[in-house]
Order: sequence, then C-alpha cells, then structure tokens
Amino acid sequence: MAPTLSAERERLVRFSATQRCAHWCVAVLFGALMFTAIPLYFGSFFGVVFERHLIAQIHLWCGLVLPIPVVGSLLGPWGAPMRRDLQRVNYWTRDELRWIRSMGRRALDADKFNPGQKLNTAFVGSSILVMLATGAMLQWFGLFPVSWREGATSVHDAFAYVLFAAIIGHVVLALAHRDALRSMLSGTVSTKWVRAHASAWAREEGLDDVETS
Amino acid sequence: MGRRVFLSVTALGALGVLVGGSVQNFAGNTLGTGLGGLLPFGNRFRYYSVTGAYPKISKKRYRLEVTGLVDRPKTFTLDELKALPSTTFTKTFQCVTGWKVPDVAWRGVRLSDVLKEVSVQRGAVALTFESYDGLDSESLTLDQAHLRDVLVAYEMLGAPVSRAHGGPVRLYVAPMFGYKSLKWLSAIRVVDQVQPGFWEQNGYPVNGWLDGTTGPTNPDPGLP
Repeated sequence: MAPTLSAERERLVRFSATQRCAHWCVAVLFGALMFTAIPLYFGSFFGVVFERHLIAQIHLWCGLVLPIPVVGSLLGPWGAPMRRDLQRVNYWTRDELRWIRSMGRRALDADKFNPGQKLNTAFVGSSILVMLATGAMLQWFGLFPVSWREGATSVHDAFAYVLFAAIIGHVVLALAHRDALRSMLSGTVSTKWVRAHASAWAREEGLDDVETS
Repeated sequence: MGRRVFLSVTALGALGVLVGGSVQNFAGNTLGTGLGGLLPFGNRFRYYSVTGAYPKISKKRYRLEVTGLVDRPKTFTLDELKALPSTTFTKTFQCVTGWKVPDVAWRGVRLSDVLKEVSVQRGAVALTFESYDGLDSESLTLDQAHLRDVLVAYEMLGAPVSRAHGGPVRLYVAPMFGYKSLKWLSAIRVVDQVQPGFWEQNGYPVNGWLDGTTGPTNPDPGLP
C-alpha cells in the first residue's frame, strides 16, 4: 500500500493531485454547463438579453470536453489513486446497503466514501454518459430518426433536472462539511476527521485505536 | 452495486431515447400545454433566435415587403394582410431537433394568396424570406409556396403571434420542420433560383420535409 500517512502522521491523503485537478476541471465545466443550460432551456424568458448561438456553442463544447478530465484522471501512473477509489465506490458491504435503505439513519462503520457518495458517483458518472449521448443526438440530429430525437430531448431535459438537484445537494453538503471540502483543495484530512467519519478506512490506514461502531 | 447503478441509469437513458417520444406525447396530451410545458417530458416550445435578442416590432409599424420578379411590388401593413382571405387550421409544430407541440391553432393568409396580390412573373422559381432580426433568412420554391398549408401567420395558439414566437407576423410552413417557419417576417423576394437560408447554410436540408425526403417536391406532403 502506498504511504498515505503524511510526514507528521496527523493527516491522511484523501485525494491525489490528479484527482483534485480532475475534480475542479469537472466542477468548472459542470458549472458552465448548468449556467448556460438555464437560458437555453428557459429561452422565452431570456431571449431578449442573450446571445443564444454563443451560449449554445459554450454549452456544446463544455459538454464535449467534460469527459476528458474524468477519463484522464483514470489513466496512466497518475490514475492509480483514482482507479483504486473507483474500485472502492463500486464495492458495497451489506451494512452499507442497509444504511442506504434506512436513508442514513443507521449507524455505519464508514468506508473512505459513504454509501451516499458511492451512489452519487455511480449516478453522476452514468448521467455524464447519458447527457453526452443524448446531447450528441441533439447536435448531430441528422443521423437519427425523429422519434429518437424526441426521446433524446426528453431524456436530456429529465436528466438535467435530476443532475441540477444532485449537484446543488453536493455543493450544499460540501459547504456543510468544511473538512471534506478542504481535502478537495489540499488533498489531506486530519486523522481526527477520519476516525469520526470514516472508521473503516481509518483502521485500514493503521489508525488502530478506532472502535468498530 | 456501483456498477449496477451505473448500468441501470445508462439503460434508463437509452430506454428514454427509444420511448421518450411516446411518453412525451402521452404526458403532453394528459397534462395539456399548460402544465406539460413546465415538465421535462411535456410538449413545450423551445425558443431559438439566430441573433441576440427578439426583434420588437409594433403592430402599427409592421410592414411586409413583397418584391422581386413580380408585376406589382407591394408593402403590406398588418391590416392589409388581415383584409386578405384568412385561413385557419390546427397542426403540430415539429422541430428538427426533436421537440414538438401538437395541436397548435394557426391563422393567417395563405402565402399563395399573398403572391396573387403581387402577380408573380414568368421565370420566377423561388422565394427568399427575410426576418426583422436582420440575419435569419429562408427559402421555398414557388411550388412549395403554393401548398395549401403554408401561411403568412398572424395568429397562433388562439392569440396574435407573440414577440417570442415571431410576431406580429411569421411564416408557418406546416409540411416542413420548424426552422423553415421563419419568425418576424419582414420581406418576401421573388427570385429566379433557390437561395439557401440561414439554417440551410448551417447544414440543415434546404427542403425540410417532415418525413425526411430531401427533394424539392414531396411525394406525400400530407395536406389536410
């Protein structure tokens, strides 16, 4: 295992530089997509004031570029931490399933990422794929039958609604959990935080004094 | 589990693409254009404009100029257009990008009736339409312009055509995709060859028949 305890043994590395870089690239692109989506979708209210063609182009390019940092963060020697985390969010214990079914009310011996984060990763990841595919169908509509285009329009809209909710929830939770947010900037979290919020991960990292709840 | 969620959501998206059109029709018909217009699966208009803002033209100052290869070039006021025999029908508005609004009520003058007023000369082949936005343009062949469901429309959805919908006067070419229905119609020029319009210069078919045929004439225009 890579030495994830930093020198002073008081902080653990939660995110590698590659992961943080990818995260903020995706965040900026997602923000731009959401920001441009509103006037595009509610054009009747904004039509008087904006340059629609330009906004549509920004939306298109941000959408096309967005998968690049995601895929890039998984590749090569720099992608190792991301690949390990991806395996981690894909692995669910029975306790975690029970926790999600109880809507987070049960106590949990939490992994590095809690089940809500794991679910969110899978949802947002697949949504990117769906938005990319349906967005491409709307842009290069000539290649698809009209009924597909109608379906792609509906799916792109419906997923946008859910993604807006998911992203806003993500930002609200990040602002409520400043230590977690700071770890996306600096890369590390205090061992105290890990003991409190990720007990299973703490044990895995050799913080032996963590009790199993 | 994560993989399962990922695949399920992706499959849901793919399924939505295949059946979304029918769901949308169902939801649109059940909810009507009011509530349906707010929901992602409802039938709603989406507004495009090739320039920044929607042109603002008062009804009083509105003019439609018809010139080119005609015997009597004329500039119509809105009242003069309304004085011509009017036509009403209800038709689906279908956008080339995949949204549609069913049962839109239209009222206006048949384009063929407008052309009768100016008397088109021999040798004329096509029409070029210009918009008050100063950039958008469209084209129709003379034969297409004489189809019975091609309107110079001044009412839509039971009311005067709104500014956002291209009012006070817009084109409505029922048998073709929405981009052919030029908004804020300012001028019609009768010309001797088809001049591709704004959207056609950006890759859309010049003959935008709803059934996807691309020739100048449609074997099955599906007239009412």
